[in-house]
Amino acid sequence: MKIFDKKILAEANGARIVRIEILSGHIASAAKAGQFVVLMANEDAERIPLTIVSADKAKGTITLIFQEAGYTTRLLGKMNIGEELYAVAGPLGHPTEIKKTGNIILIGGGVGIAEVYPVAKAFKEAGNRTTTILGARTKDLLILEKELKNVSDEVHIVTDDGSYGKKGFVTDALKEILSGPSSLAPGALVYAVGPIPMMKAVSSLTKEFKIHTIVSLNTIMVDATGMCGCCRVTIGGQTKFSCIDGPEFDAALIDWDELTNRNRIYTEQEKHICKLEGFIQ
Amino acid sequence: MHMKEKAVKAKESEAAERGTNFNEVVLGYDETEALKEAGRCLQCKNPVCISGCPVGIDIKKFIDEIDHRDYKGAYSTIREKNDFPSICGRVCPAEYQCRKKCVLTKKGSPFASPEAINIHFLERFIGDHGMKNKLAPALEKNKTLSRFKVAVVGSGPAGLACAGVLARAGIKVTVFEGLHKSGGVLRYGIPPFRLPRDVLDFEIDYLKKMDVEFIPNFIIGKTKTLDALLSDGYAAIFLGLGAGIPSFLGIKGENLCNVYSANEFLTRINLMSAYKFPETHTPVNIGQHVIVIGRGNTAMDAARAAIRLQRMSGLPPDTTILYRRTELEMPARRLEIEHAREEGINFKFLTKPEEFIGDSIGFVKRIRCLACELGEPDSSGRRRPVEIKGSDLELPCDIAIIAVGLTANKILTKVTPQLKTDKYGDVIVNPDTMETSVKGVYAGGDIVGGEGTVIEAMGMAKKASNAIIDFLKTKK
Repeated sequence: MKIFDKKILAEANGARIVRIEILSGHIASAAKAGQFVVLMANEDAERIPLTIVSADKAKGTITLIFQEAGYTTRLLGKMNIGEELYAVAGPLGHPTEIKKTGNIILIGGGVGIAEVYPVAKAFKEAGNRTTTILGARTKDLLILEKELKNVSDEVHIVTDDGSYGKKGFVTDALKEILSGPSSLAPGALVYAVGPIPMMKAVSSLTKEFKIHTIVSLNTIMVDATGMCGCCRVTIGGQTKFSCIDGPEFDAALIDWDELTNRNRIYTEQEKHICKLEGFIQ
Repeated sequence: MHMKEKAVKAKESEAAERGTNFNEVVLGYDETEALKEAGRCLQCKNPVCISGCPVGIDIKKFIDEIDHRDYKGAYSTIREKNDFPSICGRVCPAEYQCRKKCVLTKKGSPFASPEAINIHFLERFIGDHGMKNKLAPALEKNKTLSRFKVAVVGSGPAGLACAGVLARAGIKVTVFEGLHKSGGVLRYGIPPFRLPRDVLDFEIDYLKKMDVEFIPNFIIGKTKTLDALLSDGYAAIFLGLGAGIPSFLGIKGENLCNVYSANEFLTRINLMSAYKFPETHTPVNIGQHVIVIGRGNTAMDAARAAIRLQRMSGLPPDTTILYRRTELEMPARRLEIEHAREEGINFKFLTKPEEFIGDSIGFVKRIRCLACELGEPDSSGRRRPVEIKGSDLELPCDIAIIAVGLTANKILTKVTPQLKTDKYGDVIVNPDTMETSVKGVYAGGDIVGGEGTVIEAMGMAKKASNAIIDFLKTKK
């Protein structure tokens, strides 16, 4: 699976968000909004899930966007156009259920914006009114602003440091919208992707306002086809596998504390291998 | 008199030495040992051992051929029925199959007596001899069939066996595998200390030499639908999807960190080589007190992998298998139970886990259990474990591995309603032909019947591939 195109989308304070386009005709033909692939950079690499940001059926390519956070994403970020990924499989997980319900509020935090984009596009194309909230640490790490503007009726931007848009968090912008004068039509939906604390905060806010909220989870996976159960999450007291039952779940039913813990299972090893490679000090 | 001679034990690496690596444990017979063991065979007029082999290998004949030092002949005899002697000779639960039927097994014994002929070791000797001496039998390409192409979904034991039979008949076979490497459970489930990877690779390469094409990273039901595959011009399809989804206990604390399914623990180690971390990048955790919950070969594999990791990390070995019945009811191969014991694994029988207890950051630390006693036999014929009230006990546990079985892989069946399944999600087939509810689509292995053995899957695949050949012959 060859890397067809690559671009550094954002870079600030040592953080990089990278976009790669991969040649894979079969996945491009089958991919739907909300689905992901599992990939290996090289033969020794970990298998990691990444959301399919867009698929070009004609060209036979899929686009993935990731932030260099752990060892594998840093390794992936070092790969260049023309290089082959060892493995890419998909599309995996359930596609987003796209329907016309009226108002959709889409919230993307950090690299999560990349995952919100295909869903926002699909909801917009289905005839919904889309309100988008984009959050980033700082202006230079904000991605896909133009793309999201093209598929949104309204866009709100917040940055942690106030370098762009309003200073604050996505929940501040969300609260303002929800408490504002223009009440949402019944059937309104919030769709959020970002760091776990962000999704958790969004969830507790929308619970207050009684608005159905869907989040897409980034759990640790190995095979990503239901075989290992590494990605299990508790949803309304029941164990589900994020890879085959998700990756999207009703935010109100998620056991967020368990999810937070489970995503830290390999923090020590991650630090160790990153240090060995000189990726971190 | 043959009968008085004692069975020849296969050489094994020393328990102390094997503790710190993933090298093969059973070293197998050399020629002298094989000849000695073959010489013990009574060459019964009515060789009942054959009825114990799911693929019907002519056991009497191949042992006689060994006895006459005709190893090439023995290799052909086995290959006639089984394309993977080096694999089956290593992983078959022979004590429940051919060896149990051997007349040297005492009547009424639940598994083979030690005196029974070590058929599996002889099969392995011949398989390895064939591998070393490149004794691949000549292909008889059937011209009338070579115009057909058949798709095999899944590259586990069933898929590989089916591909072998079809390719030998001259059919162009394409195997689709969801993972990045072929072999299915032979690769992700069975550890290298039981099935070395060069043996598995040899058998897969052998199929490649027969023109079988392997496409990895391709998930039928996701990357492509079954209908799309049929319209791609495959004249028939074989589904060897496997029993993919691990079962859990459904008790409190089961999603704490470091509570693994055996599938996850073993996949990290076997498929992703986590024991070589950080040289390979997939990690696996190990701890001071490992508890494995289960009773079968998977539980033994997980425990033996865990105790190796403990030793390799410089921890004092402390791995315990919990089972709510007793050793007698364990379905694992006796040899694996023996190996596990030799390697220092503790067994705690008549103990049932009730709850995992974690620390403040969500990592498992203890397991609460109840003691059991055996009651009346249940529908499976095994005596039912009955909990003893008030017998609560807590064990330290910082790694838990749950090996209590698997259910059907539903990735394909869920999106293919025309493919009829039963209440367990297993694919329903005609038992005579292994054909599913979709014409031209066949299935075999664990996807049609729970958790069988490698050789049972191969037996079903064999039946299916013969039916596929018959089906293709009727096509104009």
